[in-house]
Amino acid sequence: MHDRGGWPTETPIDRSEHELADWELLTDALVGALGRRGLMNVDELRRGIESMPPDKYEAASYYERWLFSVETVLAEKSVLAAGELDARLGE
Amino acid sequence: MNDHDHSHAPIANGDEPVAAGRVRALEELLVEKGVIAREEVRERIDWLVSRSPADGARLVARAWVDPAFMGRLLADARAAALQLGLDPGPSPVVVAVENTEVVHHMVVCTLCSCYPKALLGPPPDWYKSLPYRSRAVSDPRGVLSEFGLELEDDVELRVLDSTADMRYLVIPRRPAGSEAMSEEELATLVTRDSMIGVARPAASAPVAS
Amino acid sequence: MRYLPGQRVQVTARLHEGHHRTPRYVKGKAGSVERVHAPFTNPETRAYGGDGLPKQPLYLVSFAQGDVWPDYRGHKRDRVYVDVFEHWLEEAE
Repeated sequence: MHDRGGWPTETPIDRSEHELADWELLTDALVGALGRRGLMNVDELRRGIESMPPDKYEAASYYERWLFSVETVLAEKSVLAAGELDARLGE
Repeated sequence: MNDHDHSHAPIANGDEPVAAGRVRALEELLVEKGVIAREEVRERIDWLVSRSPADGARLVARAWVDPAFMGRLLADARAAALQLGLDPGPSPVVVAVENTEVVHHMVVCTLCSCYPKALLGPPPDWYKSLPYRSRAVSDPRGVLSEFGLELEDDVELRVLDSTADMRYLVIPRRPAGSEAMSEEELATLVTRDSMIGVARPAASAPVAS
Repeated sequence: MRYLPGQRVQVTARLHEGHHRTPRYVKGKAGSVERVHAPFTNPETRAYGGDGLPKQPLYLVSFAQGDVWPDYRGHKRDRVYVDVFEHWLEEAE
């Protein structure tokens, strides 16, 4: 799903651009900070993104994929407990 | 906008995706647990917003006016950037490739979105898009046409797929008629898209990338 | 380093279930070594919490587009360049 080279596509390349939103910069920065702390490396980030279910991968925006990966990898390492973030959001 | 106690729930903004609130809550959680410090995140954000194509353009302009520097840039772009006091970023290897009369280069990351963001700023959305990632390797001339770039008949097109942690930067050809321009003026001609390889540099008057 | 610049090599046509950075479109294809990079940590193990050591030899390999895509619509001399780890390469037949 992530291995896209040569995938047939009729979709034109949308050349519109957007400034990164605050939350997107935050996501990028969070990965950088976790990297510097030795908690998540770029290969884990990519692997986490690749583990997304295909329909979610296609529908997600770029930094939504990053966030999915961060949650996945941090849960694997028990830095985040299962459901801990959801519980925080539900408060 | 809701009027909560800010200590827990992030403020919901109707225009933002769910991920926005989620990542803010995640940051709070990780800071509270002492996993990361807020300052580290701030610093990284400051670094990201400080990145722009101006640094890449300086490398190119210097290479255009100084053949010895061009040689150093081609041999080791990371070291050449450091020589100019630029930050080449965390990637251990940056490779600059030179467009000539007979060779044109174009860069993509088909597997994700690897990009020399220390020297060019954040990648444009289209670079990260699925159609670019698919077609840049299999139909690069078609992609260039969409970008308004038609190559001459005898030009060999080389597409570089950044599959490892090397970062690739295209050195576009110096525009004809620019001989009298200063290095600073030349740098204003070097656009981000020309350093990705989907456009030529500006011909005369400076343009924003 | 097993391979030298200019040498013809072939990318192993192997299915690899886990994380790896060899794109499908070059698997089984023959190309030429353009550059020998310095050895690099192995993403295939580093992606799962390993340290990626020992570092693996890494090469920039170029392929004729006409060899990669049956319907390639560009020029005969067009090429695609990919960074490939040594353990994904064999000598070309």
